[in-house]
Amino acid sequence: MLPIDDGLKLEIAELLQMYRDMVLLREFEESCPKLYSQGKMGGFLHLYSGEEAVGVGASHAMQDGDYMISAYREHGHIIARGADPKVIMAELFGKATGISRGKGGSMHLASAELNFMGGYGIVGGHLPLAVGLGYAAKYQQTGQVVVCLFGDGATNQGVFHEAMNMAALYHVPVIFICENNGYGIGTSVERASSVTELYKKSCAYETPGNRVDGMNVLAVYQLVREAIARAREGGGPSYIEAATYRFRGHSISDPGNYRSPQEKKIWQERDPIPKLGKYLQQHKGVAPAQLETILAEELQRVAAAIEFAEASPEPAADQLMTDIYVEG
Amino acid sequence: MAEITTREAINQALHEELERDEKIILLGEDVGLYEGSFKVSKGLYAAFGEQRVIDTPIAEAGIIGMACGAAMGGLRPIAEIMTVNFAIVAMDQIVNHVAKIHYMFGGQLQVPLVIRAPGGGGNQLGAQHSHSLEGLFMHFPGIRVVCPSFPADAKGLLKTAIRSADPVLFLEHEELYGVKGDVPDGELLIPLGVADIKRAGRDVTLIALSKMVYTCLEAAEQLAAEGIDAEVLDLRGLNPLDMAAVIESVGRTRRAITVEESWLTGGWGGEIAARIMETCFDVLDAPVLRVAAADVSAPYNKQLEQLAIPHAEDVVTRVKELF
Ligand SMILES: Cc1ncc(C[n+]2csc(CCOP(=O)(O)OP(=O)(O)O)c2C)c(N)n1
Ligand SMILES: [Mg+2]
Repeated sequence: MLPIDDGLKLEIAELLQMYRDMVLLREFEESCPKLYSQGKMGGFLHLYSGEEAVGVGASHAMQDGDYMISAYREHGHIIARGADPKVIMAELFGKATGISRGKGGSMHLASAELNFMGGYGIVGGHLPLAVGLGYAAKYQQTGQVVVCLFGDGATNQGVFHEAMNMAALYHVPVIFICENNGYGIGTSVERASSVTELYKKSCAYETPGNRVDGMNVLAVYQLVREAIARAREGGGPSYIEAATYRFRGHSISDPGNYRSPQEKKIWQERDPIPKLGKYLQQHKGVAPAQLETILAEELQRVAAAIEFAEASPEPAADQLMTDIYVEG
Repeated sequence: MAEITTREAINQALHEELERDEKIILLGEDVGLYEGSFKVSKGLYAAFGEQRVIDTPIAEAGIIGMACGAAMGGLRPIAEIMTVNFAIVAMDQIVNHVAKIHYMFGGQLQVPLVIRAPGGGGNQLGAQHSHSLEGLFMHFPGIRVVCPSFPADAKGLLKTAIRSADPVLFLEHEELYGVKGDVPDGELLIPLGVADIKRAGRDVTLIALSKMVYTCLEAAEQLAAEGIDAEVLDLRGLNPLDMAAVIESVGRTRRAITVEESWLTGGWGGEIAARIMETCFDVLDAPVLRVAAADVSAPYNKQLEQLAIPHAEDVVTRVKELF
C-alpha cells in the first residue's frame, strides 16, 4: 500500500482533484495514438502515460503564478497546470486555435497565462532557462518558484551540470525534477550514466538531491511541497529524482521492444491511478461509483477536446510569416 | 548492382569499412543495441561488438569531442549525431576543435573523423527539429561538407569520407532513407568534391544537393512538358565545392538557379550565385536566381510547413522567369 503520510492533511477535495487530473492526463494521452494514425496529428508524439503522478503531484504543490518549464513529453505537465485540454488537442491537430496557434505542435506547448514557459525538444536545453526564470523571480522579489522537469537522459548533458552549478551559485528558487523513466529512447540509464542513482548528481553542487516514488502522487506532492517551501523562503534550489516509467514507447513510432514484458508488467502494477483510487476507497471512504463518475466526466472532456480540435480552422496561410519578431 | 535504399547503402558502407579497418569505431546515441533511431546501424553492434559500436549518453559535445580526441589518438571514428539539429549542441566541438586542429597546430595534428547526421524538414517536427545546416557548416574552413542524394552516392561518398585524413560532416536526409536506387555491390569510392549531372539539359542549370536533387528532377520533368530542357547538377557536397562543374554547366545552359532546402538568407545559394557572377557573368543570359525556404522557423502545422519549404512547382515558376 501507499506509504502515505497522513500528516499531509490534504482535504478530500484536493485528493479527488489529483485523481481527476491523473485520469484526465491518462485519457488525453490514450486518445492520441488513434488520432495520430488517422492523420489528425503529425510529427513526433511523446506520450506521458504512466508518469502522471510526477506532473500532477508537482503541480499540486505549486501556487498559481509559479513557473513550470519542461521538455517534449509535456502534454500532461501543461494540462496539470490547468491548460484547457481543448487548446492542447487543437495544437496537436495543428489548428489555429491551438495553444501555440498550430506553430508549435506536441513538443512546443506554452502558456504565458499559466506561466508554463514551454516544452522544448533539445534534450537538456531548457535547464538553464529555469535558472534564469528563478533569477528573475528572485531579483524582482516576486515570490515565485520554478519547477523544471526533464528526463533521465538529460542528466548526461553538459548543460545539466552548468545549470546545476549556476542554480546553486546564484541560489535561485528552482526545483529540478528528473523524471527517471529508466530509458532515453532505447538506452537504459545503466548504459548511459556512470551514476545510476540519479538523485546523487546534484551533490557536487551541494544542492540537496532526493529520490521519490514517481508512481505515488502523494509522495511526489509531499517532497515537491517541501522543496518549494524551502525555495520560497530563500533556501535555494533542490533536485528530485522521481522514479517512474512510461507505459508506451519513446514516441509514437517506437514499439519499445528493448523492454521486457516482465519489466513492463512490474511497472503496470504500480500504475499511479488505481493506486490512488484504492487509497481513496480504503482510507477516505470514497465510493467506487464516485471514481467511475470522475472517469466518465474526464472521458467526456477529452471527447469535447477532440471535437473542438476537429471543428477548429487551420491557420491561414498568412500566419506563416507572423510571430517572427515582436516589432514587425 | 542491386536496388537498395539509402539506409541500406549507408549501412553497407559502414559495415564494409568497419570490416576493412579495425581502427574504425562508430559512436552515438542509440547506435548500438537499438541499431540507430533510423535503423541505419542495423546489425553493426551484433557484428562488431560494444568496443567498436558504442552507445553514448545524450551528450553531443561529449560525443564529438571524444571522437575528435580518438581521431587525434590514431583511431578513425564515425560519430553519429542523431539528427543535425543536435549538432548545434556540439557546435563548439565541431567549429572550434574539429575544424581547427589541423591548421592551428601548423599541420602537425590530424582529425580523421566523420560526423554523420541526418536532417531536413517536411515532417511536422517543428522549429527545433527541422534544420538543414549544410550552408552553415560550409562557412567554416577546415571541415568537409558532404550531402548525398542517390543511394549509390551515399555509399561511395561515405566510404571515401571514412578514409579521408580530414574531418567530414556527412549530412544525410531523413526523407531519403527509404528512397531506392541502384548501388554497385562491394567497393565503391566516389571522390569528395565532384559534382554529378543527374539529368542533362540545354536550357537552364538547376543546382542542388540532397533531397532537393529529387525536387529538381521533378521540376525538370514538368519543364520538359513545356519545352524547357533543364539540367540538374548535383553538387553532392559543399566543401570541397566543385565550381568547375558549375561553370562548365552554366557555360552551356547560360542560365542557373540554386535550389536549397534551408533559408534563403545566408544560404549556400547566395555563395554559388556570387561565384557564378564573378567567374562567368559574360555567359549568362539572365541573372542567377535562388529557390530556398522562407526565412522563418519551421512551423508545426502541415500546410504552413509545406508553404515554407521549396517544391518542384516553386522551381518551375522561377525557371520560367528566366525566359
Ligand atoms: C540534444 C538532443 N539530443 C538528442 C535528441 C533526441 N532525443 C529525443 S528524446 C531523447 C531521449 C531523452 O531521454 P530522457 O531525457 O530520459 O527523456 P524521456 O524521453 O525518457 O522522457 C533523445 C535522445 C534530442 N531531442 N536532443
Ligand atoms: Mg527517460
